[in-house]
Amino acid sequence: MGSAAAAAATALASNRVSRLHAATARLTSPGDPAIRDLAMRAVDAARSAGASYADVRIAQNRSQGVFTRELRVQGMSDNETFGIGVRALVNGAWGFAATAELTPDAVVAVARQAVAQARANQVAMVRPVELAPYGPPQVGEWRSPIKVDPFTVPIEDKVALLLAANAAAMKVNGARFVNSGMNFLREEKSFANTEGSFTVQTLYRASPTLTVTAVSADNSDFQTRQSTDVQPMGLGYEHVTGADFITNATRWAEEAVEKISAKPVEVGRYDLILHPTHLWLTIHENVAHPTELDRVLGFEANYAGTSFVTPPEDVLGKMQYGPATMNIQADRSQVGGLSTCGWDDEGVVPDVYHIVKDGVVVDYQTTREQAPYLAWWYEQQGKPVRSHGNSYAQSWEDVQFQRMPNISLMPGEQDVSWEDIIAATDRGIAIMGNGSFSIDQQRYNAQFGGQVFYEVRGGRIVGMLKDVAYQIRTPEFWGAMDMLGGKSSYMLGAAANDGKGQPSQSNAVSHGCVPTRHRNINVINTGRTA
Amino acid sequence: MSGIIETGAPRSLFTAAPARYLSREQSEAITRQVLSFATADETRVSVSSGMSGNTRFAVNQISTAGDSYNNVVVVSSKFGKRSANAVTNKLDAASLKAVVERAEALAKLAPEDPEDMPELGPQRYQETPGWSDATANMSPESRAAAVVAITQQAKAADLISTGYLEVNAGAFAVANNKGLFAYRRQTSSALTTTVRTPDGTGSGWAGASEHDWSQIAPAALGARAVEKARNSRNPVAIEPGRYTVVLEPTAVANLVQLITGSLNARGADEGRSFFSKPGGGTKLGMKVVDERVTIYSDPMDPLAPGTPFTGEGMPTKRTVWIENGVVTTLNYDRYWAQQKGVLPTASGGGIVMSGGTQSLEEMIASTDRGILITRLWYIRPVNPRTILFTGLTRDGTFLIENGRVSRPIKNMRWNESPIFLLNNIEGMGAPVRVSSSESGSAGTPVVVPPIKARDFNFTSLSDAV
Repeated sequence: MGSAAAAAATALASNRVSRLHAATARLTSPGDPAIRDLAMRAVDAARSAGASYADVRIAQNRSQGVFTRELRVQGMSDNETFGIGVRALVNGAWGFAATAELTPDAVVAVARQAVAQARANQVAMVRPVELAPYGPPQVGEWRSPIKVDPFTVPIEDKVALLLAANAAAMKVNGARFVNSGMNFLREEKSFANTEGSFTVQTLYRASPTLTVTAVSADNSDFQTRQSTDVQPMGLGYEHVTGADFITNATRWAEEAVEKISAKPVEVGRYDLILHPTHLWLTIHENVAHPTELDRVLGFEANYAGTSFVTPPEDVLGKMQYGPATMNIQADRSQVGGLSTCGWDDEGVVPDVYHIVKDGVVVDYQTTREQAPYLAWWYEQQGKPVRSHGNSYAQSWEDVQFQRMPNISLMPGEQDVSWEDIIAATDRGIAIMGNGSFSIDQQRYNAQFGGQVFYEVRGGRIVGMLKDVAYQIRTPEFWGAMDMLGGKSSYMLGAAANDGKGQPSQSNAVSHGCVPTRHRNINVINTGRTA
Repeated sequence: MSGIIETGAPRSLFTAAPARYLSREQSEAITRQVLSFATADETRVSVSSGMSGNTRFAVNQISTAGDSYNNVVVVSSKFGKRSANAVTNKLDAASLKAVVERAEALAKLAPEDPEDMPELGPQRYQETPGWSDATANMSPESRAAAVVAITQQAKAADLISTGYLEVNAGAFAVANNKGLFAYRRQTSSALTTTVRTPDGTGSGWAGASEHDWSQIAPAALGARAVEKARNSRNPVAIEPGRYTVVLEPTAVANLVQLITGSLNARGADEGRSFFSKPGGGTKLGMKVVDERVTIYSDPMDPLAPGTPFTGEGMPTKRTVWIENGVVTTLNYDRYWAQQKGVLPTASGGGIVMSGGTQSLEEMIASTDRGILITRLWYIRPVNPRTILFTGLTRDGTFLIENGRVSRPIKNMRWNESPIFLLNNIEGMGAPVRVSSSESGSAGTPVVVPPIKARDFNFTSLSDAV
């Protein structure tokens, strides 16, 4: 797991992104003056039209993708999108409008339209929106801490790397097909609001992927191995070159072939040893999602669902989520995190905060309009009622709302390794890589697959298994965690396309974690044929 | 002024709120302009434009709402067998020239594609039904009024409503330097609502999706969700296992639409699909489901209209995937069709499934012990060899005993394949258009019947309401 170790080395707390807006002198007019002028026009137009609060995001996204199969480039694309979104609050109701037309007249018109939307939306008002304060206006610039801008790397280099990795995979006897690709994003986002904030951020993401498919000689079975030990990151091209795709492709191909002849799992209860390349997705689904305050309050009931971590007054400081060794932290300053940024999409500097502390739920993810719902708790804790900075919109075209920050399972105090956990397990299954996933709308019942599964007997891996999935109820799953990896086994996994909201928006977020062991978990066999 | 553009399109393009999209003439002008900048051997350009409006509601009030207007111009350039794409959303001349230059620069650096297919020449297209002025003209105020028709009922019943209304109106054009030009406009709309009881023990869902908004009745959807919420209070747990199920049309669509993701002919030929035949080849001509099942896509279908052409500008036509249980068509792209000596597939429509004559009530009345399911959720692939998926029941799951709905039951996780389901049919009703996307978006039009089936595989209980 060379790449995992490399990820671990870059992932832990000492690698926080410095807050440029705090570390450097306050800039009076960051960014492009023309963009700033358009943003200010829109802010002024919304205010003049009657908005008590308004914010404006102007974003230019550049993305590039290269996709291959075997020895062939299937597609190359270079994309850009540019536009403005205005959100306005009138008498406690929100309105939003967005356009690709970036002219002085058009931005004024779209701001007025957002205000008109807000007026239309006042019908049947129950509780007006109230925004938590966030201190002085924010002015400054922030950039993802990348080393190599992927848009400066020649496309030939990207193609050559992918085709070399494909060739390495295809050399493995039994590897029939390989698909690979790279995706890069650069988002230049300016934010302004009626409270005087103006921030400019340049955010990068890099996502290399590869999938090997092995097919049995008689066509009776096929198996895939995806490159899940290389996760998308908020980094530049250095993430691709550091992923050692060519060496790893051989191993992924060998594992795909080995899966064909692996032993079908026997259903039953097993101790599960979950590798960070797998566990990050379980954390995403059954810790990060249920602690989103909008779900808890019922705002996402029609699609993403609600949450079992409710009601807040019975949960905060009381609900035992897992053993005392379980600590869950939200952090949008981790180097390489997909949701890492200087400010959220409401201009708030994101907090680093615990959601689960020593096994107990102590907080939820919030935005400015949500924090006031927890005023009683923050006052009780002697903390200010402020947003944690967890607002995000996938583009200028979409309205921002509460989206999860990077949320991570913190390492245990002792430096336990993946190998240590296997050595301590008498009868279990070790799972690496994220695979199939599904969870109910309150985040109780979940089912997860993986990429590769190993049977563990007497403290040793004795062979590969296939058709493995485990079914859990969230509280029991975390309650059954009895081993936790240490600092050197920590790495960042990532969900690059996390869906929530209506219309559904895609969030990109990372989850750091260490390997864990969970006792006596229900495992099913997914290989039925009728 | 880096990055700021003066739009090259005339102002009149953008004044007819709320439906703003490019007309045939405007689209054609843009494609001509793009092609005039092109120096590649072959150039294809597509232009989509339109508006998307939405209103969300939660806890009986509107939570957010928005209108957005955007365009997408995709330029595909090809030198010999080297090709690449570039995309922009700006319509001014400088930006259109720049996007052509980006596509061409990238294409020159691409390796030769052995699977390259030449651009098509001019084609003839049908006029598909899929446009509705009622949808295109929906204002934020009328969206809010539709929402209030639901929230009022929920409030009056001391229940909590949440939901989503979406309308889209737009145009899509494709052209190339061989003289092909195609244009269509299309609308879509969807309204879904989840109504919950304040004590959190009951939840009911109702939804609809139509290209013509006037076919959606918000108050009736609200009433349905309210009734389901009330009836689903305090569910009891039953043992997971194999059960006879009566699936409402939305639940059927949730499963049946999954088959279309596996219809790729190449994947089947390559041995990595349910439609791969053991020993080699595909399952074309083989019976895979009950002979009462026919599944097709038809761009002219009045209930599930599609597009008259593909992204390459190929004219679409009625495509029968499964007829009387037998696989009749797999999806061949132009390259794979040439390799296999068959015609390429160009379906361009929604998904329509045959039905039967039983009503939902008759299916329930004929069931000694079974489960009535409103909808399925968080459906994800588990085993592509069998199109096996997992997911959960949600927002209205009831036990049927002795021919009647006896009580609400707790939701359950299932591991099931639409192929297995369609082999276990006990009865079917009349096909209807449904809302079947998990996210409540308008999505692909789907028309399916309610189905009664045996041996549906539930694998665990969920405490979620």
